[in-house]
Amino acid sequence: MISIWLIPAIILTVLVTATIKKIPAYEVFVDGSKEGLTIALSLLPFLLGMMVSIAIFQASGAMGAITKGLEPFLSVIGVPAEILPLALVRPISGTAALSMTTELIRTFGPDSFIGTLASVMQGSTDTTLYIITVYFGAVGIKRMGDALKVGLLADIVGIIASIIIVIILFG
Amino acid sequence: MVNLIWALLAVIGIVYAGINGTMEEVNKAIFSTLDEAIMITISLAGVLVFWLGLMKIAEEAGLLAGLSRLFRPVVKKIFPDIPDGHPAMGYILSNMTANVFGLGNAATPMGLKAMKELKNLSGSDKASRSMITLLAINTSSLTIVPTTVIAIRLKYESTDPTAIVGATIVATMISTCAALLIDRYFYYRRKRALRL
Repeated sequence: MISIWLIPAIILTVLVTATIKKIPAYEVFVDGSKEGLTIALSLLPFLLGMMVSIAIFQASGAMGAITKGLEPFLSVIGVPAEILPLALVRPISGTAALSMTTELIRTFGPDSFIGTLASVMQGSTDTTLYIITVYFGAVGIKRMGDALKVGLLADIVGIIASIIIVIILFG
Repeated sequence: MVNLIWALLAVIGIVYAGINGTMEEVNKAIFSTLDEAIMITISLAGVLVFWLGLMKIAEEAGLLAGLSRLFRPVVKKIFPDIPDGHPAMGYILSNMTANVFGLGNAATPMGLKAMKELKNLSGSDKASRSMITLLAINTSSLTIVPTTVIAIRLKYESTDPTAIVGATIVATMISTCAALLIDRYFYYRRKRALRL
């Protein structure tokens, strides 16, 4: 419910403050928003290139084969094998992860252990590869330094953390 | 590293499709992805144009500077390289705030604008320390209320759709702290390597 009010409230605050301070709000808006177009255009090549590569990997079935191959290792430490594809896909593709989460919740029920774990996993991390592509693409950063390593390692920590927390709270 | 990952994803995919007999799916996926990328860019352009315009007003009205002053002690620790009063700080804070409230479509424009300010600061096409930190924060997600997940749970008749909020907050906090620590660790490693 709060989210319905939030954005209008932000707009209201900004416009009222600007008007009180006698800032030509509309002119400034038009001036500032132009930059949005250049940013969007400059990130298209980065985004498109990355998305095509991921799509090939996914559509070929290679992604599914890798997750299948890793399943036995995770079930050894007590993590349900069903959750593994989601854990692996989450950092790579946001849409694929969302459809997997939906599928897991539909199959096992939202209040089941797997349904809960999928919900927490989906909510607590973001699509690292997409964010790196968009954020660096927008400003034309080609040498990413340690960014990818940092993002992926943090994802691993986040996924392990959500498994442990859900086992403690709901297990 | 990104060059290798990018090429490997496609190469492995194509070779595997050859063995697996899924070349037709791969062909379809390539061209539907091109459309999808354009669609994403167009809708991103929409939110970018809107939010960057609005935030420019907020910047000129002194709202972003106010936000920066309020949270300066904390953010200064996370981003020690950004000089006081630099506009990047205000945009980074707006990005973090929007993330916390789950306003994904506002968080991205502010984050991108923050990146642009950081690029003005560094003036190079190599990711700077602050850029990597900003990315680490965004990839680990800061969301407090995962609205999308709650909506899915609601749709499949959960007895308590919001039961996961507490666990999600804890998991998010752990992954964000981990992201910041890992980021720091790599920074010190880079610095050491530079000295040697």
